[in-house]
Amino acid sequence: MADSTGGVALRANGVSKIFRGQRATSFKEHLLRRGGRADAGFPALRDITVEIEAGHTVGLIGPNGSGKSTLLKVLAGILRPTSGEVAAYGRIASLLELGAGFNGELSGRDNVFLNASLLGLSHRETERMFDSIVAFSELEEFIDNPVKHYSSGMYVRLGFSVAVHVDPDILLVDEVLAVGDEGFAKKCLDKIAEFQADGRTILFVSHALDLVEQICDRALVLEHGRLVFDGDPEFATGTLRAMLGTARPAAVPAEPAEPRLLFSRITVGDVPGEERAEFTAGDKVAVRAVLQVASDAAGLLGAVVVVIMGAGGHPIWVMRADRDRLPATGGEWALDFTVHDCPPLHGAFVVAVRVDDAEGNPVAVGQTRDAFWVRSGQEVGLLNVPYEVTVRVGGSAQ
Amino acid sequence: MAGLSAQQRARAQQRLRWELLVKLVRKDLKVKYQGSVLGFLWSLANPLFLLLVYTFVFQVVLKTGIPLFGFYLLSGLLIWNAFAGAVGSASGAAVGNAGLIKKVRFPLAVLPLSTVSFAMVHFVLQLGVLLLAMLVSGHASFVGPQLLLVVPAVTVALLFTIALSFLVAALNVRWRDTQHVVEIALMAGFWVNPIVYSVSLVRTELAGHGLFWAYFLNPMAGVVTAMQRALYAQDAVLPNGSRVLADDGYRFYLEKLGVGGLVSLALLALGLWAYRRLSADFAEEL
Repeated sequence: MADSTGGVALRANGVSKIFRGQRATSFKEHLLRRGGRADAGFPALRDITVEIEAGHTVGLIGPNGSGKSTLLKVLAGILRPTSGEVAAYGRIASLLELGAGFNGELSGRDNVFLNASLLGLSHRETERMFDSIVAFSELEEFIDNPVKHYSSGMYVRLGFSVAVHVDPDILLVDEVLAVGDEGFAKKCLDKIAEFQADGRTILFVSHALDLVEQICDRALVLEHGRLVFDGDPEFATGTLRAMLGTARPAAVPAEPAEPRLLFSRITVGDVPGEERAEFTAGDKVAVRAVLQVASDAAGLLGAVVVVIMGAGGHPIWVMRADRDRLPATGGEWALDFTVHDCPPLHGAFVVAVRVDDAEGNPVAVGQTRDAFWVRSGQEVGLLNVPYEVTVRVGGSAQ
Repeated sequence: MAGLSAQQRARAQQRLRWELLVKLVRKDLKVKYQGSVLGFLWSLANPLFLLLVYTFVFQVVLKTGIPLFGFYLLSGLLIWNAFAGAVGSASGAAVGNAGLIKKVRFPLAVLPLSTVSFAMVHFVLQLGVLLLAMLVSGHASFVGPQLLLVVPAVTVALLFTIALSFLVAALNVRWRDTQHVVEIALMAGFWVNPIVYSVSLVRTELAGHGLFWAYFLNPMAGVVTAMQRALYAQDAVLPNGSRVLADDGYRFYLEKLGVGGLVSLALLALGLWAYRRLSADFAEEL
């Protein structure tokens, strides 16, 4: 692995993947559907450009359905991107979903040899590795049984063991560490640490955000097939937690819902009521909250407070409409908060809306499900602050 | 790292390797014969059973009058079975390995090639048994220079088989009807080729219209007649006066095999093109 640090191990350039919708799989359907071919397909990845240097451990995180597994499969060369290019420099071992394409009828031993051969190993190389593959998987007793009788944990253990023993330059792992028991998970982590020390490249999908913070030196966040963050793992997990709304809502205590008060909609867009996912500094940002207020509740409300929250649930700024701005009658209230000049922020943000009573106690809380993104040109850091650099040598300004 | 650069290692993973093909064929053999007592002997059961049935139908009931009908039948039947078996299972080669295709990156061309190899392994063993049976029963007519016709005949059969295997394996992923079409076409093909009857009957029908040459646009017709010349090798005469074999020389067969070979090469180009185009999306379609 001497040449492995420094160079690029994986590269994706403008990669998009659109899964075709239901396509005809028989001649009959083909003929019947000729009239109405409307299915535009589902965009799983949109214009992803990323380069992963050899020797790095990169976490790939995002909400369910954000395209993580698809990106892993495209990088592994299993799926062809609809547009864009991918390149891999080195032997890839991928462990996607459960198992690694084992044949249930064959014994563990035969499957190890077949799988290693598929991954590019010769018979002789596999023979040399065989004992340590079996030892690592802890399946000595069962190695000659058909794998159809294996438990899912055993399946994953053997799959992981083969993948890490085929001497890969690049290891792609999709959420498998969660399946084994704790002892095996520990072993996998040790193996990953060993790989890191060897300077191999690891890209792994995980929902275990603590693990990503712990072992990755970089993390990518995907949302709706878009790469929304690329950089420091802690900031990445913070961004994702904010998106998922799992961050501790520091500014917004969750109170029991007031039955006379319902949130119908909270939108963030450039025009009130519209939705938009990305902004840059200087854009107009319009937050609209639509509430259903019962007529006997209208007079009791003290304020509607909008909190823009960033990574980790930290409030970034607050906008309020106090009693004197609120209608006196019930019905559907639409409140528009407009920021004419978006501050130079960088990150994913969610909007929480809180309704207080006359004493300032929260009576209802609503939150946007999807985060919106603000980009202001900086790579990392919440705020793009203009600054000046002065460097002195020996006391005189340069 | 055995001195290989990362790029070489990446390429090695995508190259079609002989060892991988052998591994896949051995896997198929193992899965097929695992747990059966007679194991490989079962592969002899099918031609033996056909031998019984067709001998009864064509010798006893229809009285075609071909002497040593069993040997005549098997001379053409074994290579036909290899072809039909390979193409028939190739239509399911990609669909049947969906689990593998969706999870591991490997050279996908190995899949149809493994079904062809699987069929060829059986062919070679069955052929050995046939020759042994002919020797033991005292019908050593195949020993002679005409036996060398087996080489071009099997070569053309192999080209044609590989060509169609790639084609149907790819098409079946896109249109699952393919396997049904293949099934019917193979059944028809068995009767179109002169396996249970003599090619001279075809000549009588077609030569008058000047169409006998067109019959050999089907590469398997040339292969089957050449195999009969090579193995059966007896210039027997049928009750109606025509001969069992098409010709007792070599040129006739080499010409027909040449035509079949060209047709096969054209189909091979088509099959490889279609497979290359369609296999890039196998993981998505399956």
